[in-house]
Amino acid sequence: MLDDFMTRATLAGIGVSLAAAPLGCFVVWRRMAYFGEATAHAAMLGIAISLTFEFSVLAGAILVSLIMASSVTFLEGRSLFLDTLLGVAGHSSIAAGLVIVSFISGVRIDLMAYLIGDILAVSNMDILMIWVGVGIIFSLVIWRWSPLLLVTMSEDLASASGYNPKKENFAITLSLAIVVAVGIKVVGVLLIIALLIIPAASARSVASSPESMGIIAAVIGVLSSLLGLNAAYLFDTPTGPSIVCVASLFFFILTTVNVFFKNKI
Amino acid sequence: MLIKISSLDVKYGYKTVLKNMNLTLDSGEIVTIVGPNGSGKTTLFKAIIGAIPISKGKIYTKPNLRIGYVPQQLKIDQTLPITVERFLKLAHKNFNRSLDKIEALLGSKDLLNIQVNNLSGGQMQRVLLARALINNPEILLLDEATRGLDQPGVASFYRKIENIRNSTNCAILMISHDLHVVMSSSNRVICVNGHICCEGAPESVATSPEYKALFGSDVDGTFALYRHHHDHKHDSKIER
Repeated sequence: MLDDFMTRATLAGIGVSLAAAPLGCFVVWRRMAYFGEATAHAAMLGIAISLTFEFSVLAGAILVSLIMASSVTFLEGRSLFLDTLLGVAGHSSIAAGLVIVSFISGVRIDLMAYLIGDILAVSNMDILMIWVGVGIIFSLVIWRWSPLLLVTMSEDLASASGYNPKKENFAITLSLAIVVAVGIKVVGVLLIIALLIIPAASARSVASSPESMGIIAAVIGVLSSLLGLNAAYLFDTPTGPSIVCVASLFFFILTTVNVFFKNKI
Repeated sequence: MLIKISSLDVKYGYKTVLKNMNLTLDSGEIVTIVGPNGSGKTTLFKAIIGAIPISKGKIYTKPNLRIGYVPQQLKIDQTLPITVERFLKLAHKNFNRSLDKIEALLGSKDLLNIQVNNLSGGQMQRVLLARALINNPEILLLDEATRGLDQPGVASFYRKIENIRNSTNCAILMISHDLHVVMSSSNRVICVNGHICCEGAPESVATSPEYKALFGSDVDGTFALYRHHHDHKHDSKIER
């Protein structure tokens, strides 16, 4: 039933792209790309633990990503080598996750599905979870939009204006963990960071306000997942990587056009 | 009384940055803080706005104190597109952010549509000051706000600050590295070096041995060379 799984895949792809777009902007503005990557890698450990103890992969991924992101946020400012620490923590958890999964006997587990996603296998339950995630992230980002922007520009200015930067930062951390978790089925833990950063980076060259950048990023993200999905079907290529390739193409085209015609960057 | 700081200590890790700070600030006062690099001036500001935890002592602020904060600098990532207008409208919780008011504070509307990232140093300083004034602050914190301005720029900036004080009676606490211009306009000068070295009226501070020990005797020149040791004594000799 072609229609069926393609429809489900489309719904899942659109959902994850939408959730990733506004958050991706913050990741880019705050130079959190590496932070996001480490958070995503930590999800692999969560997956392994949830497979071992047989509970929801989604819950496991969110939990471990959140622990990872929160402890790194806690260390921020206290440690001088945050960058190194992120590398250590992120890669250790993905390695540990892969090792633990190999111990699980009985069920044969397709690791690639977790690393680069398996969008064609999403269930109705997955779609529901993805859209719940979209809902949470959208409400969080829209509700906290102004303070989030202010904290992104200067935590001191935000403090002086009566906001609590720690609270706003946690909103970002929480959203990041949710995006990573719901994105696993679609693009996997290795590529979810691409879906966060590339649409936002592409939108930068045409956007003139933070809001328009978020909206354009969302449009690019959705187009990428639609085109990528169809390309994958047409050429029989892996879906997650195909989606990311299309997004990169958007980035390449928009940035080139911008450099040659507007010189805005 | 707007702010009362009593026996405040601030530590970064194990390093004590501020020790036993005492400071009171009333409406309409202009107080200037001077001190060498790394002496804890900015840290004091961060403690006042609540951006860093304090390890000892107390900072009392008047309930619902409206603070206007002008940071030393503002670096926004190149990837964040935001116009001056949007930036200023983002300023504070629940406040009148009408375009007319913003224009009046900026002095013109020619900056409104410029991207914050493309502002020059002087323009940025105007924008940051306008931003700090949007909520009719009762106290204005200026952290080396004259950095990057030429001499006429500094002079007119200080005139502006004095006018603001005179018309709104807000208190002004400013950090300065520019010694002789500050001298003329402030009620009190506090010389900080991890602790309060000396304080008082500008003239008395300028002639005090502690101040000279910290900045050298040539206080009204443009060069105030100093040797600074963390365990300095106030009678230490100055090598120039």
